[in-house]
Amino acid sequence: MIPEWKIWLTIIGLGAASFGLRFVFLGLIGDRAMPEWVLRHLRYTAVAVLPALIAPLVLWPSATGGTFDPLRFTAAMATLVVGYKTRNVVASILAGAAILISGNYLLP
Amino acid sequence: MVATSTKSSFWRGFRTGVPFLMVIIPFGLLFGIVATDAGMSSFEALAFSVVVIAGAAQFTAVQLLQDQAPMVVVLASAIAVNLRMAMYSASMTPHLGRLPLWKRAMTAYFLVDQVYASAILEYEERPQLTLAEKFAFFMGVVTPICLPWYVATVAGTIVGNAIPPELGLDFAVPITFLAMIGPMLRTRAHVWAAIAAVAGALAFVWLPFNLGLMVGAIAGMITGAYAETRSEEAKA
Repeated sequence: MIPEWKIWLTIIGLGAASFGLRFVFLGLIGDRAMPEWVLRHLRYTAVAVLPALIAPLVLWPSATGGTFDPLRFTAAMATLVVGYKTRNVVASILAGAAILISGNYLLP
Repeated sequence: MVATSTKSSFWRGFRTGVPFLMVIIPFGLLFGIVATDAGMSSFEALAFSVVVIAGAAQFTAVQLLQDQAPMVVVLASAIAVNLRMAMYSASMTPHLGRLPLWKRAMTAYFLVDQVYASAILEYEERPQLTLAEKFAFFMGVVTPICLPWYVATVAGTIVGNAIPPELGLDFAVPITFLAMIGPMLRTRAHVWAAIAAVAGALAFVWLPFNLGLMVGAIAGMITGAYAETRSEEAKA
């Protein structure tokens, strides 16, 4: 059993740190101008962080104990390609989910 | 006129956020279930989701608490999982930095992965949006993402039973992010940034505390900025 104080210390400590990380630039820089080279790097934040976040999950999914899964990989690639071609997030999610769910039910 | 345009931005944001219910509800339920299994009350689980509001970090923290890890390790690991939030904050600053402080604090509190990704995609696709419209869109996305996160957490502590594994919900997070990465690949520089980020994250996946993510992210940002500079020079 986890002691109560540990639960609350985690909630408060992690909550404060998470807010701090999310507030650090929005709060401290605010409307002050940032140099062009910084802005140029920031334009690629989303397109760098999100692929880096999910790449290991796509290649070594937690559900298969970290073993490469051809079905999950196919679903992932289909999602990416449909998203790139159609620029439609919902269509892309549905494409990936359809492959994953039908594969799970149909494949042995 | 102003009220109309912010209202329509809010609702466009709301509609953008709705598909994420497919991720938020199951994962909120799952967090409630995991927290209950770890011996936490419904109130404690809810406090976790309201105060921390970061799925991956919450799961990490509860797992480590359950493993009897030292307090310092619990906090350091969960904070490391959340380091990317500082990058989101920096990336939002050029768009929302002119808001009053309390609205910036509100933005910061709700700056979770799905909200950030939806907002940045909108701001890049519609650069003509006003500050008020950008904030309205942001809060519109927040509504169907963050509020159901709280509700689903509590529901998970009550229902406490498993979701059929055939639905492949473990893969819902990768699928929804991939769906947003596709439309983000607008220029060759964006594509190079993504490739470098993936390569960096995979090469350094062995680093502790999920730091491979940070290496990949920084590699991607530098590559994207460099590719952009090169393509401008080629045009000039």
